[in-house]
Amino acid sequence: MVRMFPNIFRNLFSKPATVKHPFVPRKPYPEHRGRIVFDMERCDLCQDCERLCPPAAIKVDPEKKTIAYDPFKCIYCHICVENCFQQAIKAEPDYTPPVYQKEIKYFKPD
Amino acid sequence: MSKGQTKRKYTIFPFGPQHPVLPEPIQLRFTVDEERIVDVGVNIGYVHRGIERACELNDYRRNVYICERICGICNFIHALCYCMVVEKLLGLEVPERANYLRVIWSELNRLESHLLWLGLFADAMGFESLFMQFWRDRELVMDLQERTGGNRVIISTCVIGGVRRDIGRDLANLVEQGMLKLKRHMDALAPVILKDPGIKKRTVGKGILTYEDAVRLGAVGPTARGSGVAKDIRSTGYAAYGALGFEPVVEKDGDCYARLLVRFYEVYQAIDLILKALKEMPEGKIRVKPDRWPEGEATARAEQPRGELFYYAKANGSNRLERLKVRTPTLANIPSLLAMLPGYEVADIPVIVLSIDPCIACTERITYLKKDGGK
Repeated sequence: MVRMFPNIFRNLFSKPATVKHPFVPRKPYPEHRGRIVFDMERCDLCQDCERLCPPAAIKVDPEKKTIAYDPFKCIYCHICVENCFQQAIKAEPDYTPPVYQKEIKYFKPD
Repeated sequence: MSKGQTKRKYTIFPFGPQHPVLPEPIQLRFTVDEERIVDVGVNIGYVHRGIERACELNDYRRNVYICERICGICNFIHALCYCMVVEKLLGLEVPERANYLRVIWSELNRLESHLLWLGLFADAMGFESLFMQFWRDRELVMDLQERTGGNRVIISTCVIGGVRRDIGRDLANLVEQGMLKLKRHMDALAPVILKDPGIKKRTVGKGILTYEDAVRLGAVGPTARGSGVAKDIRSTGYAAYGALGFEPVVEKDGDCYARLLVRFYEVYQAIDLILKALKEMPEGKIRVKPDRWPEGEATARAEQPRGELFYYAKANGSNRLERLKVRTPTLANIPSLLAMLPGYEVADIPVIVLSIDPCIACTERITYLKKDGGK
């Protein structure tokens, strides 16, 4: 019983171990591999990312100059980010939020 | 049957593939006499995913990401074993620093898996507060995986010829502090595991697997080590385990409590291995690139949290593998599980089944096809 008291007081006055996830978003670490964004001003449409992507989540169309990226196919391995010669693929530290409908993101030059 | 004799009636009931106690789909068919188990049958193959075939159709460098997804919990060790087998085919020499980093991530995976299992096992016994304590401490390991590897669960850091990320001095300090904190937390939980009468009543003397049975049925991992078989693939010294010096944890009793103790002491062992690897890690390159295509046949073994993992690969000099075979530890442990169960009561089923740490989704490599067109 005596040994329990410190534990009881610690638990009464300490913060909870859990985070109220959807209401309080968890702050991502800087090392986290988050969602990727294409910078179309730098991209030269070389299709390296399309060839390297393990789940084939990136489709580059050199004729229309567009990149179709499926964030729900992406496994967030960041091979494309590491291998892009033009450094046109940027990694944001935050994660892709959940959505009601899956959709493909299109990146076009402005 | 003559008059006066009564025929003993057995009841057969299916347990799974969907059952609140089981985390994954496996069907066990129990023949019970009142409350006592007489016989057990097993049926697997509910979550066959065709991963070996997918690996044969893909570029051998991309297969790392498929193999990682065979098991979420021990993803790094799957990737490591696949990389080891391909490195053997290519004749690649992995840099020393990459080997140490591989050990660190393997042990983080083991910590994650063992803490998850310790929590689940406490939950199976009805010890809810211990379950929460273990899972809270597991969060420390998950955060370290995210900071060092980039993701909470599937860290994707192993590649053919080394690793993709380095652990710098700041991160190494962070991992060290995290490990010391985890050790303090485990010290606080150790009296519960070692002394609590409730845990002992549910586990001591339940699901006994003798030394002879463990050897005969080919048990692997903590299931074998709980029965006194000092069998651990890490003793072969793959990656940097040889340089770090490694002794397997062995318990002799062969019951559920012995397997619980093996896993609990392995948590301490993993913490010590990580601290030692961080201290002794040499400077240098972390990755070499392959300069030719894989050719020939090779096998590789690694120690998962659940036991021995085995990979076989055959290649013919193209950028695809001709054949890849994976054997996961749970498949090797299912015969031992079937030998453990008879003779115990129905109420002991969840504890005994969980004591081998079943990971069924990793296991499914074969599909049974019936003769008449699968009808």
